[in-house]
Amino acid sequence: MSLKFALVGNPNCGKTTLFNEITGSTQYVGNWPGVTIEKREGKARKIQEDIKIIDLPGIYSLSPYSMEEIIARDYIVNEKPDVVINIVDATNIERNLYLTTQLLELGVNVVVALNMMDAVEAKGNKINTSLLEASLKVPVIPITASKGRGVKELLERALHVAQAAASAGNSPASYELHNENIVKYIKEIEENIVPQLKSKHGNSRWTALKLLEGDENVQKTLEVPSVLLAEIKVYQEKLEKKYDMDIETVIADSRYRFTTDVAGKAVKKKEQSSQLTVSDKIDKVVTNRILAIPLFLAMMFGIFSVTFGTIGSFTIDFVDGLVNDTFANFISSSLESAGAASWLHDLIVNGIIGGLGSMLVFVPQIMILFFFLSILEDTGYMARAAFVMDRLLRKLGLSGKSFIPMLIGFGCSVPAVMSTRTLENEKDRRLTIMLIPFMSCGARLPIYALYAGAFFAANQTMVVFSLYVLGIAVAILSGFILKKTILKGDVAPFVMELPPYRIPTIKGLTIHMWDKGKGFVKKAGTIIFAAAVVIWFLQYANFSFQAVAEPGDSMLGAIGKVIAPVFSPLGFGDWRSAVALLTGFIAKEAVVSTMGILHGIAEATEGSTDLITALQASFTPLTAYAFMAFSLLYLPCMAAFATIKREMNSWKWTLITAGFSTGVAWIVAFIIFQVGKLMGFS
Amino acid sequence: MERTLKELKPGEKAIIAKIDGDKGAVKRRLMDMGVTHGAEVLVRKVAPLGDPIEINIRGYELTIRKSEAELIILQ
Ligand SMILES: Nc1nc2c(ncn2[C@@H]2O[C@H](COP(=O)(O)OP(=O)(O)OP(=O)(O)O)[C@@H](O)[C@H]2O)c(=O)[nH]1
Ligand SMILES: [Mg+2]
Repeated sequence: MSLKFALVGNPNCGKTTLFNEITGSTQYVGNWPGVTIEKREGKARKIQEDIKIIDLPGIYSLSPYSMEEIIARDYIVNEKPDVVINIVDATNIERNLYLTTQLLELGVNVVVALNMMDAVEAKGNKINTSLLEASLKVPVIPITASKGRGVKELLERALHVAQAAASAGNSPASYELHNENIVKYIKEIEENIVPQLKSKHGNSRWTALKLLEGDENVQKTLEVPSVLLAEIKVYQEKLEKKYDMDIETVIADSRYRFTTDVAGKAVKKKEQSSQLTVSDKIDKVVTNRILAIPLFLAMMFGIFSVTFGTIGSFTIDFVDGLVNDTFANFISSSLESAGAASWLHDLIVNGIIGGLGSMLVFVPQIMILFFFLSILEDTGYMARAAFVMDRLLRKLGLSGKSFIPMLIGFGCSVPAVMSTRTLENEKDRRLTIMLIPFMSCGARLPIYALYAGAFFAANQTMVVFSLYVLGIAVAILSGFILKKTILKGDVAPFVMELPPYRIPTIKGLTIHMWDKGKGFVKKAGTIIFAAAVVIWFLQYANFSFQAVAEPGDSMLGAIGKVIAPVFSPLGFGDWRSAVALLTGFIAKEAVVSTMGILHGIAEATEGSTDLITALQASFTPLTAYAFMAFSLLYLPCMAAFATIKREMNSWKWTLITAGFSTGVAWIVAFIIFQVGKLMGFS
Repeated sequence: MERTLKELKPGEKAIIAKIDGDKGAVKRRLMDMGVTHGAEVLVRKVAPLGDPIEINIRGYELTIRKSEAELIILQ
């Protein structure tokens, strides 16, 4: 039988770091609360293959509010892992132990991993682990997950606990941490009321405590009859009167009294020097009254300058040379000398290499973008950005917490939409999800890079930056409108932990960057590859499956010409643009690969395969800009669409989201083109 | 009149008496985060746009809005 160890702890205490260390996987780690939103399983390769390790989203207590927290709570309560490894952030024991007290109450087998010991040592503080063990009555093992220190010992102790439990049964629920008045009533409820319940849940002592506390969840699952509820009420009122607080507060208070006491005894703090810590110093600048917002904009601008500036274009030229010249020529001449049929030659050179190549060129750039976004995530800036922006977002009826998914959206909408699970309020989630597609994701970058390179070579960075700003502006405006119309609701609360700043590790950054780069290449090798072949075929033949001389007469040409008039008022009524945008639903990069195929052909006859010169023939700077704006805003890609469907759990809202963004895209591109024309741009 | 956390200025410290109001998600969340009777709070700073605020409680940094700070009654 295989054992199950669950990693449980507050958000941002290092659960995933430990998970990666034990299982050798590379799950996402970031320095802000709420990174992990789904349960993940892995094998403990480091010690014993048949131990399953489960990484869970972070929780502050066992009475959770948001979706991802419910996942964690339900897992612990219902799935009954053999051992709960409770990770406690050693730099913040007092609050972290609050969850520990609840785990002890629950009567599960707990082993406490005291993480971030390196940070404790760096501060010069000392923690007395044996005193902690004595107070908590469970094993406490100091570890540093990020360096792998203490991990082996932790697992050995956990294994020991699991084996002991197998022979002796679960450890009894502990309630001694509460004061005697509370314990007295728990006992009375356990003896007098719990036996009268028809359905049972976990152990009786925990049930008694939950009933005393007035936990509605437990009341509901156990179907407590109202007669018994009235009896419980008597106990509750006695405590409420005694302490002059409501019952929930009485219990929470009692737990915190315990943790304060334990932490006070076990932690020896070095004399607090009055000097500012590094974290304080950084914070003084980053959240400065005057500097904070300009600094945010400057930072974003900096990121785009590097991504699209010299370094970015260097990588483009490099890959371009490699794929579209060296490789394409080599394949082309080999095919010719092998005497391949002309359609095969065309499919491989124009369809596959032309299609994929035109998109692959931008992968290094996407990786650079992700590199910078990971720095934001790993340093702890994300939570600060939420702090700074909360006031602005409240005007849209959102909270600062929604800013984190939006920032992630600059990378990719899929994880961004998923990370909205950390939002407590359903309306908030919906609105945030609807706005995320307006944050320009990495996959749209090839479109900008291509068009801005072709039409705005002199001020590429400015043009691309303006598109990002346009996306944000549209999101703000849409937020306003949606909040006033279909998503009316109360203002969401904002209570959030601000983690200390940390120096990002090279390892972490490389993993993030590499993962994303790999993802894009994989996508290119699979769906975009398939799309390229289909697109190539559709533009090669007509409806009687005969090769056509002019792509405009092909099946694709026919389809494109039907849709194209929709885009005429936006300035790009060419059938090729219509088709490219259509394929953008598969993946946004496909807009570029399709353009590569369609224009590659037209040019080949004139003896030039350069996509840029081809584009310059069919677009003007104004229409190119309108096209980029439309690509930015319209219909999210298939993967994002599916994620939105899953997260919103409603076809209606998914279709509203898709329709809304496409409608907005049309209007914005229309305004850009028409106003631009009136102002005399071309 | 009771003093609330909202009235504290950056740099000022106080001890929490209780959280106002009956049950509710916000109150429970605040309690889970350690905002309970007897805890010491230090107001760190106010966000650039005037709201929310950053406080230090039980040795870590927490941000809450002024509207939530108004519910927290001090001793
Ligand atoms: N100094 C130090 N930092 C650590 C240690 N373990 C983790 N971290 C950092 O703490 C932050 C949070 O780590 P995660 O592993 O993502 O935390 P988590 O508990 O999975 O967080 P959520 O998924 O948000 O609940 C990251 O910036 C890690 O690099 C450690 O032992 N020492
Ligand atoms: Mg995690």
